[in-house]
Amino acid sequence: MRTPVSTFELIEPRSLPHALALMRDSQPIVPLAGCTDVYVALNAGTPPGTRYLNLLSLDALRGIARRDGVISIGALTTFSEISRSALLARHLPALVMAAREIGAVQIQNRATLGGNVANGSPAGDSLPVLAATDAVVVLRSAAGKRRVPFVAFYTGYRLTVMRPDELVVAVEVPPVDGRQWFRKVGTRAAQTISKVVIAAVRAPRPRIAFGSVAPTVVRARRTEEALASGGTIDDAVAALGAEIAPIDDMRSTAEYRLRVAGNLIRQFWTETA
Amino acid sequence: MRFRLNGKQVDVRAPAMKRLLDVLREDCGLTGTKEGCGEGECGACTVLLDGQAVNSCLVPFGQVRGRSVKTIEGLRGRHPLQDAFITEGGAQCGICTPGMIMAAAALPPNATLDQVRVGLAGNLCRCTGYMGIYRAVKKAQGSGLKAQARTRAKAGTNRTQKAAR
Repeated sequence: MRTPVSTFELIEPRSLPHALALMRDSQPIVPLAGCTDVYVALNAGTPPGTRYLNLLSLDALRGIARRDGVISIGALTTFSEISRSALLARHLPALVMAAREIGAVQIQNRATLGGNVANGSPAGDSLPVLAATDAVVVLRSAAGKRRVPFVAFYTGYRLTVMRPDELVVAVEVPPVDGRQWFRKVGTRAAQTISKVVIAAVRAPRPRIAFGSVAPTVVRARRTEEALASGGTIDDAVAALGAEIAPIDDMRSTAEYRLRVAGNLIRQFWTETA
Repeated sequence: MRFRLNGKQVDVRAPAMKRLLDVLREDCGLTGTKEGCGEGECGACTVLLDGQAVNSCLVPFGQVRGRSVKTIEGLRGRHPLQDAFITEGGAQCGICTPGMIMAAAALPPNATLDQVRVGLAGNLCRCTGYMGIYRAVKKAQGSGLKAQARTRAKAGTNRTQKAAR
């Protein structure tokens, strides 16, 4: 049943330092921005809290920039903004491809990259791109700033290394050498949660990451190693089987996901040859 | 809280976490915007927020402060899209129609059929099979001015009839 929200608070911070002070002093408080996850939970009757912090007005969390080859994407950047970014189309096309397959336009206009990262769903479609490109999550708290490698950000199903007083403020992506590849497999092209999602970079040392096949997004290190050391594609697919742990759920089965993940490795390798 | 609603500055008192959808329907009396799934899948509650299509079931009212909201009522029944949905069979049961039309209203002018399909991919219709909807959108985009003139003429006739009654 839908959550009654008339008594819930939505707190408007004056600035990023004010927001960080509230995160430190006013717990429990749930930060929100595009609300495409928070309101799904509220509408389903599973509210993540009763006090919310509106991040939308914090311009310090906006913008896409490139400095010394590193691309910095503000946490409030929406997937529509990512889709339209010429800078990302040129340097991080896999993220643009992912952005265009997240929900549909109504979701892309509101959902943010920071929200996709912080929400931590194993099916988050932008996450394999960040894993495969060795992105870094920039976290801020009233105590300061720290950078966490994306591949070390998740510790379990919807669990992250974030402390309760921290906000995701940006994602940084170092220069990517090699051809980027992305593919989402779902029930239909739009508005679907992925059954399997992959992002990969074709280079002498290939980088491959999967979503929806384990409790968190995963880098397929052994599969990468098999390909880097000159193994056959069959060796790589066999290695993949040993390092992902898909499950049966309402969207698909473990067997289907394993088969399709292997097929995606083959397709990636053929199409980027 | 002040915001622009269908071109007019309004001041509406409602809880900040109340869904924009509910504020529109309950506090503003604009029931054209429909609720379908309540989880951002179906697009029935689509409105334009600062010109962008959004699902109003996923927007807290507090985030609308100072911004501009356009609903199906803002098209006043005279928009070329509304006319084309009628003539092309773009509507059957009608639940998806307001959201479908608002999503179509956010499309770029002269959108290709592919752009129309992508732009409306977040709006589910269980009646029409979509072909009538795509035809309607293409028609409205192609002959926008003609359709607008026709709708205006029709609205004029309706007014005359009402006056006669």
